[in-house]
Amino acid sequence: MTDAFPAALTGPTSKERKYDRQLRLWAATGQQALEDSRVLLVNSDGPLGQHNTGVSGVAGVETLKNLVLPGIGGFTIVDPAVVTESDLGVNFFLEEDSLGKSRAEETCRLLKELNPDVQGHYYAKRVEDLLSDPQFLPQHKLVIISGPIRRSTLAPLTQEAKQLGIPVLYLHSVGFFSTFSVQLPAEFPIVETHPDPESTQDLRLLSPWPELVAAAAKLENLETMDDHEHGHVPYLLLLLHFLEQWKHSHQGNAPSNYKEKTEFREFVRSQARTSNPEGGEENFDEAVAAVLKTITPFSLRSSIREIFEMNECQQLTASSQNFWLIASAIKTFHATHGVLPLPGSLPDMKAQSADYVSIQNIYKAKARKDLSEVTATVRQLETQLNRQSAIPDREIEVFCKNAAHIKVVRGREIPQISIDSDASTLNTIRNELNTPDSLIPIFVAMQILDSVVDEIQTSSLEEERSVDDDGLWNSHTERILALLTGADGAAVGPEARAQIARATKELRRAEGGELHNVSSLTGGLVAQEALKVLTRQYGPLDNTCVFDGARSRSQMYRL
Amino acid sequence: MDVDVNTPGAPEAPVYVDQQGRWKHLHNVLSKRGPFTDEDWTPGPETIDALESSKILVIGAGGLGCEILKNLALSGFKDIHVIDMDTIDISNLNRQFLFRHADIGKPKAKVAAAFVQKRVKGVTIAPYVGKIQDKDEDYYMQFKIIICGLDSIEARRWINATLISMVDMENPESLKPLVDGGTEGFKGQARVILPTLSSCIECQLDMHAPRPAVPLCTIATIPRQPQHCIEWAHQIAWQEKRKDDTFDSDDMEHISWVYNAAYERAQQFHIHGVTFQMTQGVVKNIIPAIASTNAVIAASTTSEVLKIATGCNPYLDNYMMYAGEEGVYTYTFEAEKKPDCPVCGNLARKIDVDPNMTLGEFIDSLGERAESQLKKPSMRTEEKTLYQRFPPQLEESTRPHLKLKLSELVEDGQEIAVSDPAYTIDFRFRLNFN
Repeated sequence: MTDAFPAALTGPTSKERKYDRQLRLWAATGQQALEDSRVLLVNSDGPLGQHNTGVSGVAGVETLKNLVLPGIGGFTIVDPAVVTESDLGVNFFLEEDSLGKSRAEETCRLLKELNPDVQGHYYAKRVEDLLSDPQFLPQHKLVIISGPIRRSTLAPLTQEAKQLGIPVLYLHSVGFFSTFSVQLPAEFPIVETHPDPESTQDLRLLSPWPELVAAAAKLENLETMDDHEHGHVPYLLLLLHFLEQWKHSHQGNAPSNYKEKTEFREFVRSQARTSNPEGGEENFDEAVAAVLKTITPFSLRSSIREIFEMNECQQLTASSQNFWLIASAIKTFHATHGVLPLPGSLPDMKAQSADYVSIQNIYKAKARKDLSEVTATVRQLETQLNRQSAIPDREIEVFCKNAAHIKVVRGREIPQISIDSDASTLNTIRNELNTPDSLIPIFVAMQILDSVVDEIQTSSLEEERSVDDDGLWNSHTERILALLTGADGAAVGPEARAQIARATKELRRAEGGELHNVSSLTGGLVAQEALKVLTRQYGPLDNTCVFDGARSRSQMYRL
Repeated sequence: MDVDVNTPGAPEAPVYVDQQGRWKHLHNVLSKRGPFTDEDWTPGPETIDALESSKILVIGAGGLGCEILKNLALSGFKDIHVIDMDTIDISNLNRQFLFRHADIGKPKAKVAAAFVQKRVKGVTIAPYVGKIQDKDEDYYMQFKIIICGLDSIEARRWINATLISMVDMENPESLKPLVDGGTEGFKGQARVILPTLSSCIECQLDMHAPRPAVPLCTIATIPRQPQHCIEWAHQIAWQEKRKDDTFDSDDMEHISWVYNAAYERAQQFHIHGVTFQMTQGVVKNIIPAIASTNAVIAASTTSEVLKIATGCNPYLDNYMMYAGEEGVYTYTFEAEKKPDCPVCGNLARKIDVDPNMTLGEFIDSLGERAESQLKKPSMRTEEKTLYQRFPPQLEESTRPHLKLKLSELVEDGQEIAVSDPAYTIDFRFRLNFN
């Protein structure tokens, strides 16, 4: 049946059909970025003594599930553990026959079943043994680490990833609590931030260009139009028309403050015809509703100004990321014109089809003109800098459309409470501890758990201690609190200490074990961040999230 | 420092933990008090028995349902039922992880139930392929908790009203907690409803307003957007040219026809941007859906179910919204129970109307108003029937009312009862003239 249509008009490919529901979010470019990515999951770091196989790695596997389904290129699981009975009660990607086999191999096999387009690899060993191969880490676009993991493993892994510019996600899921942090490269620019469409409208009514002025000038006969015509004048032209009238009676000035804008709004409202059968006009209603939002001079958002002033934007080199070249060209554009390139999109409004399309063309033509000016600057910069390859036109176009909403995240290291912690990290934690209902005590409790596990894993196995050992917990609680307070013990007050004690108690209820629900939820959140980082779309976490499953809440912190 | 924050006097429960057992992690949590557990809670075997003997109903075996079934099985529930009327489509495979390419066309409930039952030892999952409306109160009465992972507001409202009507104050077992999840793109929400005791789906209806429809005259005469051309092809051209074929949004030939008709119309009007993907999106009202959001929302609903069934921690009271586009954002709050809720309240809901609008216009507006969302309403006042769709004789005799102004039919402030074939209950509205 579909053969009746030319090939170009036939339906989507089977891949497009399979991924349809996600392509509507990140489009073909985002999908391509996913397909070009291989993700490393470091899912445990060896046993915690003879009676505890260590991290069960459920949150890690659940994260991968949510990345395999939308079709990342591939994944690598590194996990030295052997499948035990208790794994089967919490990990869905294991089966009865998996008992006693390599957990890396079994989870890899069952995850691969989810999507034949995805390559899966595994190593049934500790990641430490793989890092000696300098080729290993660079194969991956993202590293996900399931904590707790001994510090002697975490440090080289995150350091090497930092040098290579590979983002890292470090997660914990224990009992009803989970925490995770992202380590992004030092400069992580995002162009396609997908802002709310309502906030992206940019109609430039106070600085119209000649073609737009000419279109509004055609409304001279507004008074004599018949009701049908009058009721179909696009609101944008109505506003331009009435602005001119207003300026005539206000020394050439447009309404500039709230009072004037509301006066102007009433003036527009008063011009609607009410004698028609409908008793009003929709296009005038739309015009009235748009006054406060659109009668505003262009102003550069401070976050964009900051990007223009960043070093990377001021000092371009042959090896600068494309982002900075385009940003610099747009900065030049702004310096020349006082505005950003026009995005060129137009909201729907009551109008005759031909009138709407002709205004739309005016906006599109202006956007193309602005784009070609930016492109010319980019090409100039490329020549000056002796760049080897030209930035694709499409990339400059997408940048111009999103110029008002670009973002640069300054990546930070995985936060830890340790001797060499960043002072600002400790400071933020101390401040948060004094905030009622903060979830930061959970983060602190996880740090204590890390510390306990680190000691168990690094001490000799002769004097084996369990992860539920009171002595260990007491001493590591004191250690972490001392690091947190520094010289001033009073910096963490009694209420904050009680909060940390409660969080620790809830954490210890699970004896380090995972609950499937909380790990599955965490796997969803972590995968969400992985998708945003890999596609370079939307806004990634900066940089830590705490989930409290006991009270069904979460919070973000910049640590 | 003092790390012991036990409630004074609360004795530690006997430890009931099989250290090497399959459910070690779960049983640890169910066998010990936490700092947030209720003082009256009893940890240990009693709680574990309560969990294992709780019969749970899952409504929906799609994006949320697949996750929910997995999560319940790995939360120690042993007796699970699942209802879904749909069959598996290729576009499900990017998130409905219990289904494979070879399963396309098979019923979701059966395939999902069989998969989880095979993977997780000791759980029984009974599938029912059909509609929730096929089942009666006796059926719903057998469950301890009902959990919904649906994409239809209509089905949610139906189960909500049914569970509320089942509550018998004399019999605590008749109160069935309803845990509901929903997603759209990177966003979603989870909520816990205790029928008649807390805010219900109907109380919260206006928090999930439908998208405003494009006026028919725009579609028919002055299209400006590619979507307008698609609506024209779907709603008008199909009726004119192919009225003998029932439009099926899953039939590729039908979608292709609509796409081509829309494309031609767009060319006539010089409108750009009609694509096949957009055509499908508009015609099927497609909502973007990804595995990760489903995982977050499904797991938050099942986490609440575990807490309700065992009491091991306080459950959500009563709404958590989630947005993942910009970092990780959640907002947990208590949605209010509304005294004028048409389902769980005892007052009629106020609705502002223009007295000059006709009854026909008012009836059409009920489909779009956030507070009603009723597509095929019939209505009456205490004294007379305003409009009744069935039986045909009554429809015929009340049809002339459609052209009358509201002010000619009812008084300002008068109460009307509205019924709709999609729901078993009447909705009470008080018309407020403006």
